[in-house]
Amino acid sequence: MTTMTLAKALNSGLRAAMEQDPRVLVMGEDVGKLGGVFRVTDGLAKDFGEQRVLDTPLSESGIIGTAVGLAIRGFRPVCEIQFDGFVFPGYDQIVSQLAKLRFRSQGKVPVPVVVRIPFGGGIGAVEHHSESPESLFAHVAGLKVVACSNPDDAHWMIRQAIASDDPVIFFEPKRRYWEKGEVSESAPAGLYSSRVVRAGTDVTVACYGPLVKTCLEAASAAESEGRSLEVIDLRSLSPLDLDPVVASVRRTGRLVVASEAPSESSVTSEVAARVQEECFHTLEAPVLRVTGFDTPYPPSRLEEDYLPDLDRVLDVVDRSLEF
Amino acid sequence: MSDPQSWVPTDPGSAPTREHVLSGLHGLDEGGPELVQLLTPEGLRVDDERFGGRVADVGVEELKGYYRDMVLVRRFDREGNALQRQGELGIWVPLLGQEAAQIGAGRALTSRDMVFPSYREHGVAWCRGIDPTALLGIFRGTDHGSWDPLEARFHLYTIVIGNQCLNATGYAMGQKFEGRVGGDSETDEATMCFFGDGATSQGDVHEGFVWAAAFDAPVVFYCQNNQWAISVPLEKQTRVPLFQRARGYGFPGVRVDGNDVLACLAVSRWALEECRTGNGPVLVEAFTYRMDAHTTSDDPSRYRLADELELWKLKDPIERVRVHLVRELGVGSEFFDSVQEESDALAARFRAFCLAMPDPGPERMFSEVYADRSARLEAQQADYLAYHASFGGER
Repeated sequence: MTTMTLAKALNSGLRAAMEQDPRVLVMGEDVGKLGGVFRVTDGLAKDFGEQRVLDTPLSESGIIGTAVGLAIRGFRPVCEIQFDGFVFPGYDQIVSQLAKLRFRSQGKVPVPVVVRIPFGGGIGAVEHHSESPESLFAHVAGLKVVACSNPDDAHWMIRQAIASDDPVIFFEPKRRYWEKGEVSESAPAGLYSSRVVRAGTDVTVACYGPLVKTCLEAASAAESEGRSLEVIDLRSLSPLDLDPVVASVRRTGRLVVASEAPSESSVTSEVAARVQEECFHTLEAPVLRVTGFDTPYPPSRLEEDYLPDLDRVLDVVDRSLEF
Repeated sequence: MSDPQSWVPTDPGSAPTREHVLSGLHGLDEGGPELVQLLTPEGLRVDDERFGGRVADVGVEELKGYYRDMVLVRRFDREGNALQRQGELGIWVPLLGQEAAQIGAGRALTSRDMVFPSYREHGVAWCRGIDPTALLGIFRGTDHGSWDPLEARFHLYTIVIGNQCLNATGYAMGQKFEGRVGGDSETDEATMCFFGDGATSQGDVHEGFVWAAAFDAPVVFYCQNNQWAISVPLEKQTRVPLFQRARGYGFPGVRVDGNDVLACLAVSRWALEECRTGNGPVLVEAFTYRMDAHTTSDDPSRYRLADELELWKLKDPIERVRVHLVRELGVGSEFFDSVQEESDALAARFRAFCLAMPDPGPERMFSEVYADRSARLEAQQADYLAYHASFGGER
């Protein structure tokens, strides 16, 4: 066990993957000498050289499009998109090529590319720096979509994502980059699995990314009021691993799904729909959601209103218990 | 009207007239003075100081080979059109008129080089040893490309316009990272990326040029300028001749007569060699003409004059080689008869294969979406296959 920040845990995960496999490349804007704007790739260029840590032109379609070509050649590129809101110039390459090449070629052309995206709000940033676009990727067949929430997962999930033969969109909770936690000696769970991170009996709360911490804090606060929340970190958004959620809801009868993203046609909608299919007879209340609003991300002085916080999570938990 | 030649794009305060643009794009005579040509439309061999030497080894047998390539490719291309008209293909994308541009480039490649095609490169596929019947599935709707791209060193057809320019650049970066450039002529390799004039307006082509230059990637950007992006003419895509754009990115650009197989071969050999030796990237603009529709779903009579097509028929890429072989090299009718026979046999085989192609089973929808498939997708497949089977073959 070593204690480190989430950013450092990613850094050491990337380093381990690069040491393990010489075909692993890191590429993106400012990832070399600068070490990335969040310093996630700090020191890698120095140790692995500029042919394995590529400072790229400022061009997101170029990052993904050339990574696809490098993967066809046999490399395993790990791309960094600097901020969530900048991924869209690369969205065409992700959806049209990265997601479909295995299917189009019937397995003859695997494209093991990882696309790292710092996501979510809460850092007081300008437009396009605080978004949660994960649902736009979870909807696309051929992609896997995961989100880490703590240093242990960050370290092990990035290594597992790089080892995966499928393309993985890897979401990192940017406002949690500097939070510390312990990193295990071996992987605590499979990449595409969800995990119960706090056991409870009254209401199940499913969440991912930056809101896992928020929901854990809400569970502590609820406990002092005599309510027991079971918190599940979804970790994998596509595929969703809902077995632990279903098992939990069959015990609690209640589910709240939390996410920073807008609620409409989202990962939270999918969780709600599928748990309702599986748990119809045991649900004591409708599946409720606590999310960002169906608006563009607001100017940052309003983000505390936009982002679900401890109080909003508990408010929805109360509504669930009122049924 | 001012002199069309007098407009210089860098002059301050000057916007070009339509005449300026058209004259720059098409030139005073079939591509302009900078057009590389080794065989005229009349079948006369001419020299080019810069590129002529690149085909010094091409004798009568080689030329007969390229003639055969072009005739066979045109023949199955015409059969593809016919099969679509008869309802056997959903669509066909004709290459009529672009045979020289594709065979010239395709025959310049070594087995080590990699190709990233667009979707009209049936002639290049032919040169890569891909049987024409392997192309049918895409247009019949039974697959998205049936060949092995890594084995044939010919990527799947890319239908999203321009995407492949970045994929090709990335692949070429990999060739360079692996030390397959500028070292040993026995192992050096390059990548060739095919796209059209319409694609040059796409961001991915621009980004491909930028990245290839930034990483000195060994990629030949081979633009077949057939002058029409479905209904939109070249002047809607660009003010300046396309090959001149290379200069802005810091690498050489050459315009070649795309209907001259010898010139396309010479320029492609040069461009690929530049890349293999570490001087890439290179842009080649093969100036040609789409003699048929964009696809079988298109109707060119709505947007262009028949006169234009008649003019380009005089510059036919196959006819000039035939005339040259007959008049200058004394090749007799036996050869042409045998190629004709071979092409008819190929067309018959192409047709027979198409008619016998089975539809894929519904399990094809679910296969190879992922390397590691989720339990949910497994269940979705099992449910649907059971539902499908419940009709007892009636669905």
